[in-house]
Amino acid sequence: MYAVRLWSVRHARGLHAFYGGFEALLVQLNGLFRALGYERIERPTAAVEKVVKGLLFDCRMCGQCVLSSTGMSCPMNCPKTLRNGPCGGVRADGNCEVKPDMRCVWLEAYHGSERIPGGVESMSKLQLAVDQRLQGHSSWLRVTREKSNARASP
Amino acid sequence: MKFEDEPVPGYPLPILPGHTSPGRFERVLRAGGFAVTTELAPPDSADPEDVYKRARVFDGYVDAINATDGSGANCHMSSLAVCALLTRVGYAPIMQISCRDRNRIAIQGDILGGAAMGVCNMLCLTGDGVQAGDHPQAKPVFDLDCVSLLDIARTQRDERHFQSGRKISFAPRVFLGAAENPSAAPHVWRPQRLAKKVAAGAQFIQTQYCYDLALLRGFMDQVEALGLFGKVYILAGVGPLRSAKAAEWMRNNVPGMHIPDAIIARLSGARDQALEGRTICIELIQAMREIRGVSGVHIMAYRQEESVAEIVERSGILQGRSPWYPERDAPQYSHRTAAS
Ligand code: SF4
Repeated sequence: MYAVRLWSVRHARGLHAFYGGFEALLVQLNGLFRALGYERIERPTAAVEKVVKGLLFDCRMCGQCVLSSTGMSCPMNCPKTLRNGPCGGVRADGNCEVKPDMRCVWLEAYHGSERIPGGVESMSKLQLAVDQRLQGHSSWLRVTREKSNARASP
Repeated sequence: MKFEDEPVPGYPLPILPGHTSPGRFERVLRAGGFAVTTELAPPDSADPEDVYKRARVFDGYVDAINATDGSGANCHMSSLAVCALLTRVGYAPIMQISCRDRNRIAIQGDILGGAAMGVCNMLCLTGDGVQAGDHPQAKPVFDLDCVSLLDIARTQRDERHFQSGRKISFAPRVFLGAAENPSAAPHVWRPQRLAKKVAAGAQFIQTQYCYDLALLRGFMDQVEALGLFGKVYILAGVGPLRSAKAAEWMRNNVPGMHIPDAIIARLSGARDQALEGRTICIELIQAMREIRGVSGVHIMAYRQEESVAEIVERSGILQGRSPWYPERDAPQYSHRTAAS
């Protein structure tokens, strides 16, 4: 929902901190997830993730979430799905070139990122081309698995 | 400037140390010249002569010619084809690649194909939304964005493989560019975005129209503060405004266009508005040349392409040099008189 999405950006700090804790918890649960089988829990987790993040961020389930480096403003809501910053067409009032009634998601992203640790610097990370195969998959589980694996083999 | 190793038209120049392309445009910039580029509006036609006619009006006045890729989301002859035609006779095109219409499979293929046909410069763009053009019913692709596109193009060149990891046996030798809009919101963050493009592989930048010099100066100061001078060549975008009415229209309809009221007022007060528009453009160019870090200008004169020669001439930015064009070094028989 658009209004909730804007609220989320205004509360980027809290959401960012909350997600940090949540992610740590997921990584703790890696053993359990592995026992259950990541493949088996993928669908239910993705369903929950879609509802929660859909509500908060209008999440599009790209499967490779970058909200922590976009000030909690989902870049997949940009009509051009830009993941590295705003296009040159942002309107003078800060609204989107393509959808004149929507704030440019990247303007929101800058405001959001000013509220989270790391600040706007967090946005300077290059986001490489998305893997379209991950569309619809759980980003939470992917991150959990990657972080757990990285921890297991330092 | 004239290079001793000037090639047969259509053949690449030898590649100089430290250069990534065999092109003239990169040479001019790296030699410290103030470069002039312009834009060719691709024809709505399959006649190659329509491309050559449009290129000839720039002869002797520009270092490179951008071939737009469905700019404004309007359909025209493809950028790749325009470039291929131009390189056949030796022109130095800048092939624009937009992410709007093609996915990474098509784009990477075009980068190889363009380079194989002698295209030395490529400009990686996001592209205007389809709603802006003549086919709003089309499917926008946007598989990549301009930054991930730059990264992929650079990988093809420097690491010799596709995004998939598959090897490329002969890398495309290209000079890579991107666009930036110093006049669009969010102004304070635009330079950061530029830094990202440079990190991804941009070696030159052509900006959108800059009618507000204060904005451009502020932008360049920040670019310098980010330590980007020396890492990227920046060409400032300009163009003649035909009339106050046209300027007003552009301001309201062209995405990302910012024209200060003062310029529109000056146009509407002029007796010959088109002439005034060119004069404003020339004054902007002369002022841009004085801005630290600006390495050239990109003159976009849509539907007034023939005015580019006059603008370059009157502004004096070439300082007597004559950029290469197909007949430049041919013997000048026309100047002979019966007596000689
Ligand atoms: S204005 Fe912002 S949201 Fe709209 S297309 Fe451009 S970057 Fe995306």
